[in-house]
Amino acid sequence: MNLSTLWRDLRAFLISLKLTVAMIAFSIVLVLAATLDQVNLGVWAVQQKYFHCFVVYWNFGDFSLAVFPGGYTIGGLLLLNLIAAHIYRFKLSWRKSGIYLAHSGLILLLAGELFTGLWQDEYQMRLDEGETKNFSESFRAIELAITDTTDAKFDEVVAIPESVLADKKSVQHPKLPFRVEVKSYLPNSALQARSGAGDATASIATTGAGTQLIATPQAVTYKQNERNLPSAYVELHGPSGSIGTWLVSTQLIDAQRFEFADHSYKIALRFARHYNPYSLTLLKFSHDRYAGTEIPKNFSSRIRLTTPDGRDNREVLIYMNNPLRYAGLTFYQAGFENNDRTSILQVVRNPSWLLPYIACAVMTLGLGIQFAIHLVAFVARRRNVVAAVA
Amino acid sequence: MKKYLPQIALLVAVAAVLVSLRAPRNTGEYDFVGFGRLPILVNGRVKPLDTVARTSLLVLQGRQRVKAPDGRSVSPEEWLLDVLYRPEIADTYQTFEIVHPDVLAMLNLTPEDGAGKKRFSFHQLAPGLAELDRQSKLADNVESAARSPFQRAVVQLRDGVVLYQRLQSSLLAPGVDHYLDRVAAFEQTVPDGLAALAAQREGKPHNASAVKTLHELGETFSNLESIAYLLPIPPLDGRNATSGWLNSGASLRRSLSTGKLSPAMRAYIDLGVAWRGYQPAQFNTTLAAYRVRLEGDMPAVLTRGNVEARFNSSQPFYTSSLLYVTAFLIALFSWLRWPDVLARTAFWIVSLAWILATVGIGVRMWLENRPPVTNLYSSALFVGWGAVALCLVLESVFKNAIGSVAAGLIGFATLLIAHHLALGGDTLEMMRAVLDSNFWLATHVVTVTVGYSATFLAGFLALIYVLRGAFTRSLDQRTADALARMVYGIVCFATLFSFLGTVLGGIWADQSWGRFWGWDPKENGALIIVLWNSLILHARWGGLVKARGLMVLAIFGNVVTAWSWFGVNMLGVGLHSYGFMDAAFWWLLAFVATQLAAMLIAGLPLNRWRSFAG
Repeated sequence: MNLSTLWRDLRAFLISLKLTVAMIAFSIVLVLAATLDQVNLGVWAVQQKYFHCFVVYWNFGDFSLAVFPGGYTIGGLLLLNLIAAHIYRFKLSWRKSGIYLAHSGLILLLAGELFTGLWQDEYQMRLDEGETKNFSESFRAIELAITDTTDAKFDEVVAIPESVLADKKSVQHPKLPFRVEVKSYLPNSALQARSGAGDATASIATTGAGTQLIATPQAVTYKQNERNLPSAYVELHGPSGSIGTWLVSTQLIDAQRFEFADHSYKIALRFARHYNPYSLTLLKFSHDRYAGTEIPKNFSSRIRLTTPDGRDNREVLIYMNNPLRYAGLTFYQAGFENNDRTSILQVVRNPSWLLPYIACAVMTLGLGIQFAIHLVAFVARRRNVVAAVA
Repeated sequence: MKKYLPQIALLVAVAAVLVSLRAPRNTGEYDFVGFGRLPILVNGRVKPLDTVARTSLLVLQGRQRVKAPDGRSVSPEEWLLDVLYRPEIADTYQTFEIVHPDVLAMLNLTPEDGAGKKRFSFHQLAPGLAELDRQSKLADNVESAARSPFQRAVVQLRDGVVLYQRLQSSLLAPGVDHYLDRVAAFEQTVPDGLAALAAQREGKPHNASAVKTLHELGETFSNLESIAYLLPIPPLDGRNATSGWLNSGASLRRSLSTGKLSPAMRAYIDLGVAWRGYQPAQFNTTLAAYRVRLEGDMPAVLTRGNVEARFNSSQPFYTSSLLYVTAFLIALFSWLRWPDVLARTAFWIVSLAWILATVGIGVRMWLENRPPVTNLYSSALFVGWGAVALCLVLESVFKNAIGSVAAGLIGFATLLIAHHLALGGDTLEMMRAVLDSNFWLATHVVTVTVGYSATFLAGFLALIYVLRGAFTRSLDQRTADALARMVYGIVCFATLFSFLGTVLGGIWADQSWGRFWGWDPKENGALIIVLWNSLILHARWGGLVKARGLMVLAIFGNVVTAWSWFGVNMLGVGLHSYGFMDAAFWWLLAFVATQLAAMLIAGLPLNRWRSFAG
């Protein structure tokens, strides 16, 4: 077997409709399995397991067995197949124009989904009525924030991301006069009062909230409506030994303060923040119901949008199906809490958000043209048949 | 004679439809029709009392007819009047359907105690209510998906009893003796009480019992306000807004400070007095006067109520489903005898049934002010409507009765499904916040539903191919080719619409949640339909399948669509639970099994097919 026959075989494989049909069949099985598995894993974990991967593994116990091609494999092969087939078979003709359009739209759609998977970030912003915020928070990612508050005019924040905490690494940062050592990290936890002497030995915190409270590990949840609440024990080492060990947790509302080397600091484990060069103030949250029922009719947040340079200072209304798009971010009405006094906005950054729209327009146009061509041909043929019979 | 068969059949069918559409008339002395058309607000929508009566009966007992203990037939309006004003009589009507043997045992009842061995009166349930309450509280703690059939039955019965009792407390305060007489005297006792109260505050001598009566009334009305189900009192200024409607307790409580009843409240009290006193003339006069008043205040609301009550009583979808069955049988028969005449007859009857369904869907859209598909019930109506429309096109092109057979079958099946979905209550529901967008309901939901229709149609046409080919000698080459072309064309159409509908859904999701695609079960269901249709097309283009293979794939399209339409909804409740095994799930399984069987039959060697053997 020489190289050119191998190449020809590969080409024949890549442009064959059999490959198309096989890949469509595989994708149906994959989507079906992913849908059924949502009952166990929740929608987020399912995406990682089935779609954002090359191979789907079946885990039983400690073993994991590769059982099926993942979303990247199937999508990639489909994309290759599509592109190859069009390069080799392409002939400019009206009869095929619809098919070409539809398929180039499909290429765009698959590419758009890939870019979305790579670039999209999601955050949320919780606003009490009257509250102003210039940052949104991540759903899952957390950070350990150490803030130097000595200067009343500005705060200096050092944020240590979750990946570092989870590895229990020791961190030395040029802006901090001490070393941060993660003693233990709990991806999901519950806080309890440290009642009596029995539990005292289990906690290693020596100062701050950890002297009153203790964190116990909880099973990590993948459910859509539940959040993991991480905690960590962190020890700070100055030049002359340990300053103390703190218990930090996303469940502690206020940051813990301490003094070191004539500076004031705050330490807190919090959901990772994404700062915006503008701020939003919740003026009013409304929750309308249909008369005489509890069926929600509409949720809306009246927001004041301000930029520090004063270029923008206006009121906007965010409600269902009507998000605010501003400076690359989109704010959606996502929920409410606290007796309708807190509004929860979902904040999405997706630089490729327009791609699916373009792809869909192209595909729909293509399918429409193709269908119309077939229909016209069919009607013409029928007319001939009828004429021949008559 | 045979030549005119289509015309005669159509004439008979049109006459039958006209009879079903004619305005309902009162059979007795009371103006039940007028009462049924009074507007009230419940579940966020202003609707006629007729709708309340019918949907409540459907929820309680799965049908709209009521039989009194003496065997007399009772109209839904008369039943509602008794529930509202003569609870002691309403309690004897056997309107609670109970079939679960353990629930019957719990209530110390046997099937023999019930009408039709399954319907019981409130009176019969009463001794077991405490136990029912206890059992349903136990079941409440179990997630709805994980409940056993017994727990589901208990909760369903409890919900029915609560609905019934709240209906009963809409106008009469429960447990208050001579309540109606006391509120009838409202405009004397209350001003007296107010005067006495004013005197008491000024420290003057006063009538202490009048003050006490006033306080008692206030307490009764507050209680009533918290439990009354219906909101029958329209806003005084006659605005059309739904926010101003009050229930009777709220209206009476507000009248306490003035001593003047709202005219609507007065009318409902007088109607009750007349109904309880068996005074038809007084009843009809009060009703007529109140209707005249509403005519001046809110004519649009009254017109809507009239149309809706008329729509309820004419039951266009029921008539339509009967016509579909008739057409199906005629079209089927046309393959054996008199092909031309019978095919034409079937085509005309299908057309009539479709027009009737169109009118029905149109009236629903007008009543609701919404695009056609807003919930599962209306999706069933619309899937059938769309598929039959496509069948009519096919039939007018091919004229071989295949379109009519498929239309009759799909039209009837979807209306049957819709009928069962209607047992949950009023099918004209209010839309939850995120769905409250007529633009997206009209575009995404409608196109995706048309995609369902077309995929089902392709599957049913393929079924006709397989069953006719394998079991009869009637599938000649010409018909077989025509069917293959039909299926191919419909699959193309289905691909276009299901794809368009799915991406429109993605765009809606991007507008409201910030993601184009979220791998949510319903989205995945729609995606699988698109994928399956495109698989059929590519397999056909690549020559991987010929006519027969195309049919097999198209039949599996039925399974795929049924799963996306209903299966994913069941999944939403939880796959791992026993609750998943409810009736609809078994029907879905049975449907899937029949489709798989048809695919197996299609796999028989061709020399075993009766049409191709010789």
